[in-house]
Amino acid sequence: MKFLTRSAAVLVAVATLSAAGPGSAVPAKPDDKTILHVLNRIGFGARPGDVDRVREMGLAKYIDAQLAPERIPDADMASRLAGFQTLTLNSRSISQDYYVPAQMAKREAQRANAANGKKDQSDAAPPKEPRTPEEMEAARKQREVLVELTEQKILRAAYSDRQLQEVMTDFWFNHFNVFAGKGPTQQYLTEYERETIRPHVLGKFRDLLGATAKSPAMLFYLDNWQSVDPEAGERMAARRAMAQQRFGFRMPPRMPLPQRPQQKPPQKRGLNENYGRELMELHTLGVDGGYTQQDVVNVARAFTGWTIEGPRQGGGFRFDPRLHDDREKIILGHKIKAGGGESDGEQVLDILAKHPSTARFIATKLVRRFVSDTPPPSLVDRAAATFRETDGNIRDVVRVIITSPEFFAADAYRAKVKTPFEFVVSAVRATGADVIDATPLVQAVRQLGMPLYMCQPPTGYADRGDAWVNTGALLNRMNFALQLVSGRMRAVRPGGADAGAALAGDVSAATAATIAKAADPAQVAALTLGSPEFQRR
Amino acid sequence: MLSRRVFMRNGGLALLSLGFAPAFLARTVQAAGAARRKVLITIFQRGAVDGLNMVVPFGEKDYYAARPSIAVPKPNVAEGAVDLDGFFGLHPRLAPLKPLWDARQLAIVHASGSPDGTRSHFDAQDYMESGTPGVKSTQDGWLNRYLHAREHADATPFRAVALAAQLPRMLQGVEPALAMNQIGQFGIRAGQATDMLQTSFESEYAAAADKVLNRTGGQAFDAVRMLKSADPSKYQPENGAEYPRSGYGDALRQIAQLVKADVGLEIAFAEAGGWDTHVNQGAAVGQLAQRLSDFSQGIAALARDLGDRMGDVVILTMSEFGRAVAENGNRGTDHGHGNAMFIVGGQGVRGGKVYGRWPGLAREQRYEGRDLAVTTDFRSVFAEVVRGHLGVTDTKSIFPGFANEQRLGFIG
Repeated sequence: MKFLTRSAAVLVAVATLSAAGPGSAVPAKPDDKTILHVLNRIGFGARPGDVDRVREMGLAKYIDAQLAPERIPDADMASRLAGFQTLTLNSRSISQDYYVPAQMAKREAQRANAANGKKDQSDAAPPKEPRTPEEMEAARKQREVLVELTEQKILRAAYSDRQLQEVMTDFWFNHFNVFAGKGPTQQYLTEYERETIRPHVLGKFRDLLGATAKSPAMLFYLDNWQSVDPEAGERMAARRAMAQQRFGFRMPPRMPLPQRPQQKPPQKRGLNENYGRELMELHTLGVDGGYTQQDVVNVARAFTGWTIEGPRQGGGFRFDPRLHDDREKIILGHKIKAGGGESDGEQVLDILAKHPSTARFIATKLVRRFVSDTPPPSLVDRAAATFRETDGNIRDVVRVIITSPEFFAADAYRAKVKTPFEFVVSAVRATGADVIDATPLVQAVRQLGMPLYMCQPPTGYADRGDAWVNTGALLNRMNFALQLVSGRMRAVRPGGADAGAALAGDVSAATAATIAKAADPAQVAALTLGSPEFQRR
Repeated sequence: MLSRRVFMRNGGLALLSLGFAPAFLARTVQAAGAARRKVLITIFQRGAVDGLNMVVPFGEKDYYAARPSIAVPKPNVAEGAVDLDGFFGLHPRLAPLKPLWDARQLAIVHASGSPDGTRSHFDAQDYMESGTPGVKSTQDGWLNRYLHAREHADATPFRAVALAAQLPRMLQGVEPALAMNQIGQFGIRAGQATDMLQTSFESEYAAAADKVLNRTGGQAFDAVRMLKSADPSKYQPENGAEYPRSGYGDALRQIAQLVKADVGLEIAFAEAGGWDTHVNQGAAVGQLAQRLSDFSQGIAALARDLGDRMGDVVILTMSEFGRAVAENGNRGTDHGHGNAMFIVGGQGVRGGKVYGRWPGLAREQRYEGRDLAVTTDFRSVFAEVVRGHLGVTDTKSIFPGFANEQRLGFIG
């Protein structure tokens, strides 16, 4: 019964807010180019036959279906991911079973090396110790976690029927970027994408924001886990003194520890503004969103004590009241009362999620993703208004954007340069290639300058064409096209489908003439995928 | 069709003399004919090299006290430091750099580093490359901001090249920069069909109405031809230069090749790894010594190979932070703070001197009681190179928010 009411409610919602509803510019009788435009923007391009399938279904219906990915069965995807070992594991198991053993093996080898070194009193160069089989196996197993994560990203984008969901997962991961190369962040990535990002990609922005704020991946990457009220130390000392007075016992005087060279002095602990700043600059308000340095400090104070229970063991979020600055804070003109504890951070997130600058900033980024590098102000206004009116309902904001006249306008057509990830995946889709193992594609994306999960700065990868168009990258794209169709790429079977269908025949006379002169079908495909037309979506 | 074949066989210059060379080639040749461009070659020692064993303060009592098993002996004993000025000496495996020091072509800045105290490789490399220590959201690198500050019409696709698999953060940003492992691989790779497919792709891009892709595509194919005419496979280093056989040595050899090919190179980047010596670091010989040997032979070969072209070149080395003053329990060193940077160059470099205030190594003189203190912000070193060598007078846009620059005077 409960289930029935819920689905009924969903049906009502979809009926009132459909891609064919008021304000929608979705054409009833779209041509191939229009259908391709939609497939390129709300997904990763057309597979052979996709254009016909969408025409049959109706373009508005297709868009509606993509906006409700939970109702798309996507059975094929499950079988493609069935062989993966780590995708469903939580961070603690990943840490215990994949990272800790590699660390132990490495430490063991180092200990053995050091012991050997001590015996050898001559200062001769120690011979390079070959890694033990155990060490190599442990290291391989550790690498497997990121390997599987990168492969699933490619496979889902290439084969999932929930194309918009994959686009949104890519978008929001990039918006809330974390970097696999920073310490234990990597151990948390699988869970971060699966549990923190994915469930909310078309949900409420506040839920997504809250999930990232409490995720160990973000807490580690932006250092909040070690951000501490600078007075926490004194406070704890005072408490010790009070306990001593009240209970009449004396704490034993601290024994001075012998100074051993390997001993690190305690890290100076204090406020770390990193998360507070990026939360406002990159996650919510935007750099011109109207906050001050004092706001940065006060937001950072509000999040003190939001930490990780054992970051090197894959531990989860923990609030530590001893490290929290519990005094009053003023943030963007709002007062956060003293004594709020963990809720201080939640209040900050509420303030930020409701702030009009956030609505505008998120709307602008989404319009840039779906429409153009120069977002049309009229559409940004409407998308931002929807964001405010729906309390940050991402699905509604996206619907406004992808059914808008601006989205279907002539100047939006092929206005976006594909990122390396989009280019590689769309080439796989266009040719109908069968990817048995996505590793070579992961490498290709890296070579094109966009290593997956390896974007260092918190800004994420750029979503503007100029970031991706340069001489070296362009040649690499042509070489990738040649490789993909040649059958020389390990574990990727070229599909042999007419990739030209993915351009709906809309190519320059020169491109058409060049392709006509190709010696064989593989060259046809390569000259299509490497053409200027295919670099855009 | 004839013109293309002539072009392929004889390289760009033949076409130029016939009067119908692509604009980019004409520009490059002009650029070569006119005043030669200044070149900056940056070398990143990723992993935090132990600066105290690289440029050894052998005059410091505390140096030997803190490093019972890994200190480099004083000069004039077997495997001792190479004396520079009676206080500092080079690690014996850096001896190939001594002739550059004697010729006053090598300047050293010691106790330099970041104003930020992080001991994380990730954060420290990030700050050194963005040039904005403490600010993580900076999107571009300082070398790219230099390129932007000095944007000019006759820039070529080879203006900024990293001999690396990935474009380093230092070179990322709005200005185009190339990353490649092997310059011989730059181009279309399709075996026997290469020429045909290259011609095909080129005509597609030449006809593209898409302005951005049309222009970039054109530049890409011009660049491919330019390199082909320089014929990287036949390159022979000059003056008896011998590069070490390593990825790093290869990178430096190819940088020399690009400099000599006059393809418009202004900024080059190479990196060397293996410096994170927590265990069994070694002293005058050992793990670190091997890495330093590679490092110094590469720089010495590059300087020798470039010969009198070194007059236009500065080589700048950097590493994200130094290592703790005291050795650890594994006869290695843990992450520290201050470090040493090398500046090698022809004209303008006032070498033969160790620059920067030396803070001392006594416990109370150390940073947080354990590391070499930083007395020179690395941005002061970068800014001086940008100003003194590359000729940008106002470095504010390249190092935003950097107010306390020290003028060291190692170049000018």
